Amino acid sequence: MDLFWEILISALLVIGGFFGLVGSFGLVKLPDPMTRLHAPTKAATLGVGAVLIASMIYFAAFHDDLTLHELMITLFIFLTAPISAHFLAKANMLRNVDRSTLTKPEGDGDWAVFTPLSDTSAEELDEVAEAEDDEAR
Amino acid sequence: MLKRFLPHPHLTLLLTVVWLLLANAYTINSLVFGLLMGLVIPWITAPYWPDRPVIRNVPGIIEYIAIVIWDIIKSNIAVAKIVLFVPNDKLRPAWVTVPLDLHEPEAITVLAGTITMTPGTLTAELAADGHSLLVHCLHAPDPDGVRDEIKERYERRLKEIFE
Repeated sequence: MDLFWEILISALLVIGGFFGLVGSFGLVKLPDPMTRLHAPTKAATLGVGAVLIASMIYFAAFHDDLTLHELMITLFIFLTAPISAHFLAKANMLRNVDRSTLTKPEGDGDWAVFTPLSDTSAEELDEVAEAEDDEAR
Repeated sequence: MLKRFLPHPHLTLLLTVVWLLLANAYTINSLVFGLLMGLVIPWITAPYWPDRPVIRNVPGIIEYIAIVIWDIIKSNIAVAKIVLFVPNDKLRPAWVTVPLDLHEPEAITVLAGTITMTPGTLTAELAADGHSLLVHCLHAPDPDGVRDEIKERYERRLKEIFE
């Protein structure tokens, strides 16, 4: 039975290493900052996930010790990866992206980065709209 | 009375479980401390979430999580394939506008996070009026198809959960 677990753990580690490598290679290979963002947010997730699952199986099978720490790491990655990607994308949109290449949002507004004083909470939007009305008068 | 001391029972439970997992010791000691944190933190942070949505559709949440995990695995393989096998000049990156039917900020946040974690798409920006998301696709020969898939696969399910 030990052999089975060892093979399983090794396979997961190899998969994890492979996806980590692909994620890093993507950073070098892809042509511009926006496409480069795709490689670490995705390929790396499965890479880290596979390593964490391997760790859980290792401790459960060889140390008779149920560790669920790893679930927490996964949870925190899922929470933080999209947020940091979002910030990087926003910064990049302001610095490098040609606005004419972007698609427009529905309705009259523009994307929040290009709108000063933008906030999506309803009351503050009303306040901004009122302030603009006052200025127009 | 109960509402005063337990303003957010789900958060209390979640914090206790997270504490137990972080401490990695399943003893009365850490359970008591976890519960203590689970009681104090929601009470202190209550002013910051004045009108949080009420979620009742628990099977919907479980279904959503399962679908997202499956899609994350698929998306990892898809992105790895694109990185390794599609030459840069054949790559078709595209910007897509996804009009939103969701209104709760919490639901939009979950949708944006999901889009970032799933096949070849990344949420770049929210419209100033909060009614559209700007999504960047790594390789999308058919941008409209991407938009329809996001709306059909994730947004419809989130709508069932949050509304």
